[in-house]
Amino acid sequence: MTDEKTIDTTETETETVDVWVAGTEEPHFQPTTEPDQEIGPDESDERLAQQFGSVVEDDYVFDDEVEDDERMIVNMGPQHPSTHGVLRLQIELEGEIIRRTKPIIGYLHTGMEKTAEQLTFGQGPTNVTRMDYLAPLHCELAYSLAVEKLLDIEVPERASAIRILMTELNRISSHLVALATNGMDIGALSMMLYGFRERESILAFFEKTTGLRMNHNYIRPGGVAADLPAGWKDDVSAILADFPRRLDQYDDLLKENPIWLSRTRGIGVISKEEAVAFSITGPILRATGVDWDLRKAFPYSGIEKYEFDVPLGENGDVYDRYRVRVLEIVESLRIVEQVMDTMPKGDYRVDDRKVTPPPRARIDESMEALIHHFKLFTEGFKIPASETYMAVESPRGELGCYLVSDGQANPYRMHTRAPSFYNLQSLPITMADSLMADTVATIASMDPIMGDVDR
Amino acid sequence: MKPDEIGLESDEIALHSVLEDLDGGFDDVTWSESHGQDIAHVPPETWKTFAEAAKEAGFEVCSDVTAVDWMRQRPQRFEVVANLLSMEHRTRFRMTTGVGREDPTIDSLTPIWPGAGFAEREVYDMFGISFNGHPDLTRILMPDDWEGHPLRKDFGVGSVPVQFKESHKVD
Repeated sequence: MTDEKTIDTTETETETVDVWVAGTEEPHFQPTTEPDQEIGPDESDERLAQQFGSVVEDDYVFDDEVEDDERMIVNMGPQHPSTHGVLRLQIELEGEIIRRTKPIIGYLHTGMEKTAEQLTFGQGPTNVTRMDYLAPLHCELAYSLAVEKLLDIEVPERASAIRILMTELNRISSHLVALATNGMDIGALSMMLYGFRERESILAFFEKTTGLRMNHNYIRPGGVAADLPAGWKDDVSAILADFPRRLDQYDDLLKENPIWLSRTRGIGVISKEEAVAFSITGPILRATGVDWDLRKAFPYSGIEKYEFDVPLGENGDVYDRYRVRVLEIVESLRIVEQVMDTMPKGDYRVDDRKVTPPPRARIDESMEALIHHFKLFTEGFKIPASETYMAVESPRGELGCYLVSDGQANPYRMHTRAPSFYNLQSLPITMADSLMADTVATIASMDPIMGDVDR
Repeated sequence: MKPDEIGLESDEIALHSVLEDLDGGFDDVTWSESHGQDIAHVPPETWKTFAEAAKEAGFEVCSDVTAVDWMRQRPQRFEVVANLLSMEHRTRFRMTTGVGREDPTIDSLTPIWPGAGFAEREVYDMFGISFNGHPDLTRILMPDDWEGHPLRKDFGVGSVPVQFKESHKVD
C-alpha cells in the first residue's frame, strides 16, 4: 500500500467541478499562455547548455565569427519520407553544419493513457498494443505483467514460454524493419526489400497464432488469448532454418560495403555518459558499450532460463547500432530455438476464475458460466488499491508500465514509459555539429516509432 | 556471518545498504513497499536535495517521471512520481511527492538528470504541474493553443456527436 501518508477525509475542500463534459463551458481552466514549442531566437551559451542538457559533456564548438545571416533554421517534417512517421525537426544550419536541433513531437498523440482509464483491465491490451505498433506484443506483455503483479497471480509455465516465444519473434520482426528502413534511408534499397520480405514470414506466423498481423491483443492478463496453433513447430522451424542464410545475405550486402561504411562509421556518435544521462535504453545504449539489458537485469516471464548473450558495440555510432541489431536477431533466434525445444505442457492461461472466463464448452451447458463470462467481459474484475511498475526489454529499450488501481475495475492511472520517447530526446546532442546529409542516417538508426513516442 | 553463509546474494546486500545510506540523511522521508518495489515519500521541499543524494548514491538513470491526479482522495491533489534506476546496483525505486491544487509547482529534476526533460514536459502538458528550473517547459504532446490539461481527472473524455443520415441535426 502506498498511501501511508494519512488521507484526511474530514478535510472539507471547495471543489466546484468534478467532471467536465465536452461542449459545455469549463469554469476554471485558463487559456494556456505558455511559449510555443518551436526553436527560440536565443542563442546564448546558457540557452545552448539548457538545450543540450546542462551536465552532459558536449562537443559543441560555437563559432563566434559567423554572422547571423549565415545561419538559417530549416524545418524538416512532419511529413517527410525519412522521418519514420510524423516527426518534425527544426534544425539550425550554418552552411552544411547542424548547430542546433529541436525535435517537435505530438502529431500522433491520441490520448491512449486517458483512454486506458476508461477501459477495464481486461480491455487494456487492446489499447496498449496500438502504442508501439512494430512491437505490439511487448506492449501487451508489459501491461499484462503489471496487472498480474497487482493481482498477485502467477501465470502457468506454458503461458510464460509462449510469451517469450512470441516477443522474441516480435523483436526479430521489429529489428528487420529497423534494418530495412535504415538501409532505405541511406540508399541501400535492396536492404529495404529484403527486410520486409523476411518480416512477412514472421507476420504470417503471428497471423496464424493470433489472428492478426499487427495489434494482436494476444498476451492478456492471466496468460495468452489462445494456445499455439497445430503445427506451430513446423512454422517456427522453417523460420529458424531460413534466417541464418538471410542474415548472411544482409552481411554480404552491408557489413563491409564501403558506401555503407562511409555513411555510418563515426556518424551520429553518442557517448556512454550522454546515453546514460539522457535515459537512453535498448540497442542505442548497448551500441555505446554499456552492458544493460532488462532481460538479464530484471528477468521477466522466465527468460533467465534460456541462454543468450547481450551484443555490445564500442563507438555508439550508426554502424554499431546496426551491428547490435543484427546480432540481437541472432540471439533472439537462439532463444526462440530453446523455447521451441523446451515448450512445457499445460494450460496457456491461469486457472483463476477471477480473471479467466469459463471454457467455451461450459457456457453451452451452464447458465452460471454464461453469466460469469458476461460479467467478466462487461464489468471486468476489480483490483485492490495499489500500484506497480513493470518493465520489459522491447526492441527499442525499456518499455515500462506504471499502473495504479484504486479498487475499481479500470486502472486509476496507466502510464507507459515509452522507449522511443526517451531515445528521441538525445537527437539534439547526437546531431550537433554534424553534417546535414547525416541527419537521415542518424534518425533512422534511432529507430523511433512515433506511435510509441506520442501515444 | 559472511553474505554467502546466510544465503543472500552480494547484490542484495549492496542494495540494502544503498537504500539505507540514502535514508540516513533524511528524517522526513518515509519509505513504503508496493508489491516488493520500494517507494520513498519525499516532502516537496526536499524533492531536489533527495534526488541529488540519490544520484550520489548511484542512481544514475532517471527512468521516468509521471504524475497521478488524486482529486479529493488525498490532501495533496497531485502525486509526482520519479522512477530511478541504478545500473551499478541493479535496483530501482520510486520517489513520490504530493503537490497541492492551489499552486502545482515542484523543483525540476532535469538539471540532475537531463533525461527527465521530456518527461517533465509531458507531466506539465498533461497535468499542468510546473517544474521550477526546467530549461524549456512547453507543451510537448498537445498543440500549443490547447486549453486545459487532459490527464486531470476533471477533464472529460468528451465525445464526437454521431450524425446519422436522415436524422435531425442535434445542435
